[in-house]
Amino acid sequence: MTAIVKHRLFWPAVVLVLLLVSNVFFAPRFFTITLQDGHLYGSLIDVLRSATPLALVALGMTMVIATGGIDLSVGSVMAISGAVACLFIGDLSNQGSVGGVLLAVGLALVLALVAGLWNGVLVSVIGIQPIIATLILMVAGRGIAQLLTGGQIINVSSPPFRVIGAGYALAIPVSVIIVAVVVAAAVLLIRRSALGVLVEAVGASPTASRLAGIRARGLTIGAYVFAAVCAGIAGLIFSSNVASADSNAAGNLIELDAILAVVIGGTALTGGRFSIAGSVLGAVLISALDITTYTIGVPAETTLLFKAVVVVILCLSQSAAFRAAVFRRRRTPAVTPAAEVPA
Amino acid sequence: MTDVKAPPQPAVTVTAPHKRRRADRRHIPVLATLALLALMYGLGVANYDNFSDTQVLLNVFVDNAFLLVVAAGMTFVILTGGIDLSVGAVVALTTVVAATLLNDGWPAALVLPLVLLIGTTLGLGMGAVIHYFKVEPFIATLAGMFLARGLSLLINRNSIPITDPFWTSMAQERIRFGPGIFISTSVVIALVVVLAGAFVLAYTRFGRTVYAIGGNADSALLMGLPVGRTRIAVYTISGFLSALGGVLLSFYMLSGYSLHAQGMELDAIAAVVIGGVILTGGSGYLFGTVLGVLVLGLIQTIITFQGTLSSWWTRIVVGILLFAFIVLQRLVTRRSR
Repeated sequence: MTAIVKHRLFWPAVVLVLLLVSNVFFAPRFFTITLQDGHLYGSLIDVLRSATPLALVALGMTMVIATGGIDLSVGSVMAISGAVACLFIGDLSNQGSVGGVLLAVGLALVLALVAGLWNGVLVSVIGIQPIIATLILMVAGRGIAQLLTGGQIINVSSPPFRVIGAGYALAIPVSVIIVAVVVAAAVLLIRRSALGVLVEAVGASPTASRLAGIRARGLTIGAYVFAAVCAGIAGLIFSSNVASADSNAAGNLIELDAILAVVIGGTALTGGRFSIAGSVLGAVLISALDITTYTIGVPAETTLLFKAVVVVILCLSQSAAFRAAVFRRRRTPAVTPAAEVPA
Repeated sequence: MTDVKAPPQPAVTVTAPHKRRRADRRHIPVLATLALLALMYGLGVANYDNFSDTQVLLNVFVDNAFLLVVAAGMTFVILTGGIDLSVGAVVALTTVVAATLLNDGWPAALVLPLVLLIGTTLGLGMGAVIHYFKVEPFIATLAGMFLARGLSLLINRNSIPITDPFWTSMAQERIRFGPGIFISTSVVIALVVVLAGAFVLAYTRFGRTVYAIGGNADSALLMGLPVGRTRIAVYTISGFLSALGGVLLSFYMLSGYSLHAQGMELDAIAAVVIGGVILTGGSGYLFGTVLGVLVLGLIQTIITFQGTLSSWWTRIVVGILLFAFIVLQRLVTRRSR
């Protein structure tokens, strides 16, 4: 029992369950899942579906944060990937051709990969702080996306493209299946090989890992590329779901939500140990929070306040200094550095 | 202007040519920004009619006075090696609170100090969390951003017009130097802030401590400098200046809106970086930040004059400039090691 309570995902899971249960008082049919025309419908499915872009972005962000970095450009990469795909599909003579859509998807993902390569090279080869290196693409990327679309919202009517974000396979939303496959592949690749341990080593101490003979440079670039490709897929899901490319709305502020999801999942921002399951849980939690505010009828703005409170609580609980100050005997500021008295 | 640039010189005696080379290297980013600014202005004058009007240049100040104030606060934070993501949200909160209270009939003389106090308190709180609980500045100010933006949305999600006589008089007041040549009172306030900030950074013990923390916080602590107090103070200053920037923005817009100043934290950071302040802290000048704000403002002006360029070019150009200046910073800092 204590093992369950001590598990680092225990409290996020409890919050998620509480959030979901609280919906029942306002929407009695919240937990009902119905099968209509071979599709699953219900609020729980909505929670999962709306969590998909965030879960992907958070998955990529987890790897970047594990190396001790951060990626602010994910929202812009989402916008670029959606813009490229819709632009390409819009130019097709037959928007319904599966081959053309696959080509568009491939093109978008290759561009996302290039974006990740750019971030990774700036961080690990040129040696720029991650916040700033990815800030460049965050600012410029949305401009590039708007340049591609000419500042317009590009609408597409391509049935194969719609499948990615809004389709169903075996009664399950395709976007949920995509996320499940990507997460499973990532877990297999990262946790079943030495890759995860190497990334944790780089994040925990770059110097020690270099002395141990780990090629930090390649791993770091790989993490940023992975994050960008995940963001690219998320951008495709987003734009497919609304059947258009909106360079302003796609992935707006998602970098902050993704960082929040990662932190909720128990990955420390200082790098090192990470939890993929935790980040996915964090993304579902944030999505559930958004949906809950809708069902309860609270103005959607309060989610921002709630997120602020969650960030503060989580950060304080992760802060060793805070724990020392609160849980030790109430001796006043044990955390104040001794040398703080000016000489 | 040389006063503004005066750095805290290390108290070592060195031979004249050596000292000269050292000083030059430290000035490279600022000089590069100055050259860029001159080039952009020259291009503008050469290509567009009426670009050489004095008022075009003054309008850059008029339209960016609030950004100048906010970026000045950000400069203090970045000089210590920190970052403040909450500035845009604090600006928005300030405009919303001011507009709401003024519409409820509160006197301007009460509202003004109150909103400044709110911003300062938020900054103080974030600084305290960062220092006492060793939370990363990025995360602590991210929480502050959510909090301030959430509060302002909670107060009112719509744009609130301001009709208070003091506010409208501040908005319309023009200081004229001649026919058609004027600045707004906001510009005067912004310039006073910049001069005061530059003086504090260059000539006071507090300013030296700011540079020392950015250079190496551990060394500063071992030297007996008041690291904690100073670190909290820079976030407090940033909070205060964000609130002041919010007041200036509400003068400029004559409205309070929770979606004002979205992404302003990015503009402020970009201005500071383009102005040659090293992001790891410890090196740079407030004068550089002023140049950075002017570069951003001039990009907007040129795009307006061009007419055929769309607004997203601003973002792309700012991104390219950010990249160029960060790489330049790397080169400068690497050579000095």
